[in-house]
Amino acid sequence: MAEQALPSEDEDVERRGRPPRAVVGSQKQEEEVFGTAFDGKIIRRIWSFVHPYRAKIWLAVGAVLVFTGMQLTIPLIIGYAIDRGITAGPEGRTTLYLAVGAFLAAILVNAAASYMQETVVGKVAETVLFDMRRAMFSHLQRVSLSFMDKTEVGRLMSRLQGDVNSMQEFLETSVLSVGDIVLLIGIVAVLLSLDMRLGLLTLSVMPILFIVRLFWLPPARRSFMAAHETNSAANGALAEGINGVRTVQSLDRQQVNFDLYDEKSFANLRTHLTAAKFAQVMVPIVDTLTGIAMAVVVIVGGSMVLDTSLDIGVMVAFLFYIQRFFDPIRSLTLQYSVMQRAMSSGRRIAEVLDVPVAITDKPGAIVLNRDMDGSVAFENVTFSYRPGQPVLKNVSFRVNPGETVALVGPTGSGKSSAMSLVHRFYEVDSGAVKVGGHDVRDVTQESLGDQIAMVLQEPFLFTGTVLENVRYRKADATREDVVNACKAVGAHDFITRLPEGYDTVLGQRGGNISLGQRQLLSFARALVMDAKILVLDEATASIDSYTEMLIQKALVRLLEGRTGLVIAHRLATIRGADRIIVLQNGVMIESGNHDELMALGGLYAKLYTMNYSSFDDLPGTQDDSAPSTS
Amino acid sequence: MPAPSGLGRIFFWSVPLQAHPTGSAERREVSFAHVRAAHAGQGQGTIRRIIGLTLRHPWQVAIALGSTVVAVSFQLSIPILLGQAVDQAQGVLESNAGTSALVMTGLMLLGASVMRGIFTLLQNYYAEAVGHHTGHELRLAVYEKIQRLPFSFHDKVHSGDLITVGMLDLEGVRVFFSTALLRVVLLGMLIGLGAYLLISTDLVLGLLALSFVPFVAWRSSASQLQLRATWLTLQDKLQVLSRVMEENLGGIRVVRAFAGGRHEMEKFERASADALLLQHERVILRVRATSMMTFSFFLSMGLVLLVGGEKVIAGEMTVGTLTSFLTFMTILQMPVRQLGLMVNGFARASTCGARLFALLDTDVEIRDRPGARPLAAESGELRFENVDFAYPSDPTRLILKGVSFAARPGETVGIVGPPGSGKSTIAHLIPRFYDVTGGAITLDGQDIREVTLESLRARVGVVQQDPFLFTTTIENNIAYGDPWAKEPRIERAAESAQLHNYVMGLPAGYKTVVGERGASLSGGQRQRLTIARALVLRPSVLVFDDSTAAIDAGTEFRIRSAIKRFAKDRVTLVISHRLGALMHADQILFIENGEVLERGTHDELLALGGRYRALYDLQVRPEADLREAG
Ligand SMILES: Nc1ncnc2c1ncn2[C@@H]1O[C@H](COP(=O)(O)OP(=O)(O)OP(=O)(O)O)[C@@H](O)[C@H]1O
Ligand SMILES: Nc1ncnc2c1ncn2[C@@H]1O[C@H](COP(=O)(O)OP(=O)(O)OP(=O)(O)O)[C@@H](O)[C@H]1O
Ligand SMILES: [Mg+2]
Ligand SMILES: [Mg+2]
Repeated sequence: MAEQALPSEDEDVERRGRPPRAVVGSQKQEEEVFGTAFDGKIIRRIWSFVHPYRAKIWLAVGAVLVFTGMQLTIPLIIGYAIDRGITAGPEGRTTLYLAVGAFLAAILVNAAASYMQETVVGKVAETVLFDMRRAMFSHLQRVSLSFMDKTEVGRLMSRLQGDVNSMQEFLETSVLSVGDIVLLIGIVAVLLSLDMRLGLLTLSVMPILFIVRLFWLPPARRSFMAAHETNSAANGALAEGINGVRTVQSLDRQQVNFDLYDEKSFANLRTHLTAAKFAQVMVPIVDTLTGIAMAVVVIVGGSMVLDTSLDIGVMVAFLFYIQRFFDPIRSLTLQYSVMQRAMSSGRRIAEVLDVPVAITDKPGAIVLNRDMDGSVAFENVTFSYRPGQPVLKNVSFRVNPGETVALVGPTGSGKSSAMSLVHRFYEVDSGAVKVGGHDVRDVTQESLGDQIAMVLQEPFLFTGTVLENVRYRKADATREDVVNACKAVGAHDFITRLPEGYDTVLGQRGGNISLGQRQLLSFARALVMDAKILVLDEATASIDSYTEMLIQKALVRLLEGRTGLVIAHRLATIRGADRIIVLQNGVMIESGNHDELMALGGLYAKLYTMNYSSFDDLPGTQDDSAPSTS
Repeated sequence: MPAPSGLGRIFFWSVPLQAHPTGSAERREVSFAHVRAAHAGQGQGTIRRIIGLTLRHPWQVAIALGSTVVAVSFQLSIPILLGQAVDQAQGVLESNAGTSALVMTGLMLLGASVMRGIFTLLQNYYAEAVGHHTGHELRLAVYEKIQRLPFSFHDKVHSGDLITVGMLDLEGVRVFFSTALLRVVLLGMLIGLGAYLLISTDLVLGLLALSFVPFVAWRSSASQLQLRATWLTLQDKLQVLSRVMEENLGGIRVVRAFAGGRHEMEKFERASADALLLQHERVILRVRATSMMTFSFFLSMGLVLLVGGEKVIAGEMTVGTLTSFLTFMTILQMPVRQLGLMVNGFARASTCGARLFALLDTDVEIRDRPGARPLAAESGELRFENVDFAYPSDPTRLILKGVSFAARPGETVGIVGPPGSGKSTIAHLIPRFYDVTGGAITLDGQDIREVTLESLRARVGVVQQDPFLFTTTIENNIAYGDPWAKEPRIERAAESAQLHNYVMGLPAGYKTVVGERGASLSGGQRQRLTIARALVLRPSVLVFDDSTAAIDAGTEFRIRSAIKRFAKDRVTLVISHRLGALMHADQILFIENGEVLERGTHDELLALGGRYRALYDLQVRPEADLREAG
């Protein structure tokens, strides 16, 4: 095996001819972006968010109708002013004044209505967006961790931001499109009532537009979709490049990544140019149709005016309406794609909201309080992340109140998974986990969380000061509590050496302190919780034994009467445990105290000897393999 | 991208794309030309620099501008023709009365509309094309820059902020040509020519018809600037909100472990409420401006109707002229309102551009010296000579003080020390993630600052303490540093890292996709994956930064023996808290506070009886001694 590890050099010769085994950005495709424009279920879902504000929405719809009415009236007033006032000679002057007065009134109403509609709709839309985001975010706080494990943060963020934002347009314009429909019907009605023949002739261009649109829509939609896809692919690759930049540089992948990104960005350029063509090609078509309609009015209508079968004012009104005629059609077809987008965003939002909350409090769940004894028991626990591949198999053990029990075993043997079960991050397949004598499924999650403090294997810190991080959610922890906890874990010294001590702002994920220091803070954070049960998952893996020993000494006092569950690979860490449980491939194979296990001469004894004796004469033994299918 | 099929082809005309050769060397040259162009013009004003970028596509810019001029001319001819038609219909103009004249005018109207449409299409399409090309070029430049900027930059800039620059700010610059620059020409011509035509027809009425222009222009510009200012504040607030969400989702295990759901919701609410309030203010700001603008427009229309009507009655003007005045006004309404958008386009481009260029102009402190040569590959001796180092974020605090050591190929250097003593810092200096502040690091006698970065990093492999995995297959992750590696090599690396058996047990084997930070792997599996990633490479210096902390002694032993022969002809640095991992090193350094306190072989250090000895005792002494010590 060892010799094989030496890579063969002859590969170099032909390698550059091949494409690299490399990708940038996530390869998962977003589901279709432009689906149906109308989906009853999604509409109802969206409506449920709008429902609390329905009174305002009706108000806005009313305002839109008034507004549309005024839009329809204004050309009529102008036409009237021309026919009855201006062309009627000097006597028409009063009529002109009257018309101008009516015009003034109309534009005042118009302004008031549009102000009202836009502010109401704008505010409601914004509020609804925030409500949606809140609903999703708070739902994500409750969904099972197995969902979170397999979902990228970036993907969820694009739900919380991108999808929510693309609902904005829909929410803001929906009310307006009610107005557009009314305007369209209104214009048709007014044109026909002003002059049936001329009206029909003018309106005859409308079906042409619809037919053209019909042919245009499918390829156009495809091109918009392609543009959307390439855009999110390029953005995803950029985000990945930013988040993983340290690894990229340390493995010197800049050149390969640049080429791959170049491809993505260029694809994005190409699809956007195509999409722009499809979008713009409608401009001359609509303009041509408007031209035809104007020509019809001028030629036919003009002749009618000449033989006095039509008033000149009507012709002017016609010309005005034509200018406005295509606006609602244009915005309605735009609205169509807005709706498509909103539906697919809505579907994705609904998807998040519909992720089942696998772990819920039972009705009448017990509230675990500080008086519970602090025991932890596993009773025939079998657990799997993926069905059929158990990572814990029929594990049973008990930790008595005040006891410290250690879990050891090769990597991937299921230690962290077992600890997740104590906190009920996941639900067991069979068997039961009991805390303080109660099945964890019978107590409320929040009270369970209050009684268990965990130091996770991966120390995650938030952007914020050291103080905020150590205190985390324990709002009533004083500065002194925080300092004491930090002293206990030996973090106090380095914190005071930071530029602003406890008020130093940590970088993203605590990037400006060392990993061991991060681990110390995450340890201190657990101590501040002041909980009955303390779970330490490799809490001192990145800390030297000396510091560790100091921590252990300090903890003796702090942990008086508390239950401890400790995972460690450095066996010296757990020698002092009351009992040691050895896991291998999800099976508990040994249990007992240090001396008993050493006497047993099993896996623990081997690992222990390996820890301190000369390494060369020890054969390799165990190996973790993937959970076997059972 | 799917090419449009069938009828879609009708709309598909050849794209004036810039060259994008498929051969990778030629393409890279083109792409790097883009990158260089984006960096050019440092020190110039933002807007000037953007214009410079735009002018890289001179003939597309020329077509867009030319088409705009033509389109506007046709646009302006329409109201004139309409007025003429109304007069002809009334038979006012005796000279060319009759239907034939009307037909003529009608056809001219049609022609003008068609031409306007076609040229508007060209104008919009080419304007967008310029924008998309510029976007592509900037995107490449940003990506390239971000990948090259040193760790110290990424330490101080939050990844979310960089993503904002790469997406939002870039967008603001990209649309500058179409939303701002082109609009100057478009609006200037439309408003200027329109005003000229109106005033030259009738001075008083012309002035009345234009009376809304200054007001609207002022209002819309003022409100856009206000909106712009609040937009920046809003951006900051949304940034806070998205940070809260992003960190919550990234650290969801911590949140769950501390039952921090409620605490997180409060953080969310605070950030959210702030942003929502501002959003509401912005709605009001926007709506107030648009309502006022619409009202003033209609008001002057009413005035034109009144005064123009009087003039017609008095016989000073024809109805046709009045009609063309009114139509002119409807045509002018949009462009005048768009003045605000134009102002916004400028404001947006200058703020977004300032941030974007600030990123592009950031000095890449760690780069090749002029005339740097590739590292000459000789034996590969690594030497630290009196190295001092302080992180750029805190230049007064020396993290390393006078660190010296040397290692010849085949030798192993072990480093131990308490958290924060500077071990990872040493590892980061060798591949020049940071530059030393005093002393020097040499490889084969060559100062690492004097050789090319690429050749240096190709010879140094660092297994980072905090593993980052990419969202892709296990195979791609292992081959990240050498994407041309063939399968056997990947598997050999995995075998050496003791990962192969585990991977083979997975249903999809090496094709299994792992998530960001490897959420579905155990801590030790993640570390072994990063070890395999380094083993695929053939570095002369290999650094293991505490990379077996989460791995049990048995597995670690097997990893070590697998890479032992692999280490024969290279320098190996092992940072570890587990002494078993480094006791066989040729030289062990005990570091504290950035200083080498003790150095020597394992036996020498034990004999010395100092700090190393204390660590050793803690790790190997039987339990009874520990009790005594505690
Ligand atoms: N979220 C998850 N989804 C799917 N599989 C997982 C997940 N977390 C862990 N696993 C798998 O379950 C098994 C047990 O993992 P666990 O994290 O419990 O191991 P561990 O004993 O803590 O190992 P280590 O010492 O390396 O941390 C591993 O094979 C791992 O790949
Ligand atoms: N990016 C950074 N910016 C500023 N200071 C830093 C940065 N990274 C580390 N430090 C500081 O430099 C010192 C040395 O950190 P380093 O990461 O080298 O420690 P380490 O010896 O690797 O510790 P550990 O055993 O915890 O990994 C610490 O005090 C730390 O707070
Ligand atoms: Mg684990
Ligand atoms: Mg470190």
